[in-house]
Amino acid sequence: MPVPKTLGIETEYGIVHRGVDDPNPISASSLLINAYLSRRSEPGVGPGSPRVGWDFVDETPHNDVRGFSHIGSMAPEVETHLVNAVLTNGARYYVDHAHPELSTPECADAMAVLRHDRAAELIMIESMSAANEVLPDGEELVVYKNNSDGKGNSYGCHENYLMDRATPFADIVQHATTHFVTRQVFTGAGKVGSEAPWMPGGSVAFQLTQRADFFEEEVGLETTLKRPIINTRDEPHADPLLYRRLHVIVGDANLCEVATLLKLGTTAIVLAMVEEGFMDPALQISDPVRALQAVSFDTSLSQPLLLADGRTATAVDIQWQLLEQAQKFTLQLGTELTGGPVADLVLLRWEEALTSLEADPSELVGVVDWVTKKHLIDGLAERHGLGPGDARLAALDLQYHDLRPERSLFARVGAETLVDTPDAVIAMDQPPDDTRAYFRGRCLQKWPEDIVAANWDSMVFDLGRQVLRRVPMMEPTRGTREHVGTLLDECETVSELLHRLST
Amino acid sequence: MAEQEQKRPVRDESEREEPVDVAAAQSASRGSDRLKDELDDLLDEIDEVLESNAEEFVKSYVQKGGE
Repeated sequence: MPVPKTLGIETEYGIVHRGVDDPNPISASSLLINAYLSRRSEPGVGPGSPRVGWDFVDETPHNDVRGFSHIGSMAPEVETHLVNAVLTNGARYYVDHAHPELSTPECADAMAVLRHDRAAELIMIESMSAANEVLPDGEELVVYKNNSDGKGNSYGCHENYLMDRATPFADIVQHATTHFVTRQVFTGAGKVGSEAPWMPGGSVAFQLTQRADFFEEEVGLETTLKRPIINTRDEPHADPLLYRRLHVIVGDANLCEVATLLKLGTTAIVLAMVEEGFMDPALQISDPVRALQAVSFDTSLSQPLLLADGRTATAVDIQWQLLEQAQKFTLQLGTELTGGPVADLVLLRWEEALTSLEADPSELVGVVDWVTKKHLIDGLAERHGLGPGDARLAALDLQYHDLRPERSLFARVGAETLVDTPDAVIAMDQPPDDTRAYFRGRCLQKWPEDIVAANWDSMVFDLGRQVLRRVPMMEPTRGTREHVGTLLDECETVSELLHRLST
Repeated sequence: MAEQEQKRPVRDESEREEPVDVAAAQSASRGSDRLKDELDDLLDEIDEVLESNAEEFVKSYVQKGGE
């Protein structure tokens, strides 16, 4: 049975320390984050942003949903010694694998995630400004929202979706894979060239996605090597008897707001359909890893994909089929569990995107990243007569993702916006109302001195007298403004809060 | 198999054959003209802000692999 599609994204950003001979990305990332935290904890800036550390007690990224680990399979390491903060909006801001990373708070719909993803961009911009204030003249930290350096090194933008533990994992593998391979037609952030070791140099001028080059397996626990389309990390950050968290590592970081909305919104609906047993069993791609790359390499969108039953269809055809199923599903079961009115908007924009992809993809400039970037690349190449290997095209690709407002090429496009900037500014400090992130964020705003540590599913309070109290939050849909807003307003101290919570 | 035919993930061709709307076609053409004008302005800006030494910039953009 479908469960509420609580969801969020975690983005690893590219970072460059300009003006030094031997840059160290780990110290650069630490400086970036610490500079932001220092600035936000100054009196009069932000609502009491605390410097509360992350609590690692429940982190188990090596757990495999299949109940075993491959010999030689590398689970991600938890780096407990690096800067790792919880923000008052319920997000986590930390150093991961030599990159600054920001995980949005858990949200109840794709639009709320988009708002927090925009807030994360603003946090990066303010972090750069705070860091550059303390750096010597001639040095600068620059943050890029992309997923590859063009030289074979990739870093991720991961999505997380709450799912019913009772849904057979094999069903998720089969149907989510079909969506992940074909959704690239609107989720791709675009890339000049290919970094796949088996592709001869120069054979791909431009492709739909940043990430497809780096995927080698259909299913697995890896996230940094031999990346799988379906990741099996079994770490629900919620009641493990009721839920799993599908950790999706196959997507690109998007700058186009509509693309982010579609990436999250369509996937939430598809996963609810998997839980309901609503998916068409015939819609299965026969060699998903090859298909993932074939779709990414095909800017004409005409590549036929072989289905498991021998028929063929293009990625756009398969997306039409998924959309039609999603429309039927929504008519029959409503949108209560997939984002309410946001799900209706997602269905509408999904249909519009597919219509344009078929008729004239250039209608999606400012809506879909790969179309937008290709528009600029083609324009620059034509204006200056640049060949496919020209460094200016690769520079344009990188600078599209530069988050400095004065340097960002994306920011010049005039892309369609769905979130008003003042709302994104509010989301830098305020948690969403309708998940447990509300409880986390409000407590951090109100009692920063009394919180020892926090993580996704618990908080540890210091009651003085050397007594620590852990408050579990195993249900992601509880702890909302509706549940605890009045309680949090009324309590003056943590002791009072804990007393009232336990009675 | 008839059932399989119905599930073929290709949309019914009749859906696509809508009568050509001349006004809509003209407006689409005006849309693509506008896109081209905007692109020219945009390329002027890109020429201004694009990293001046593109080759060096691209070469020096190296990241550690992440997740």
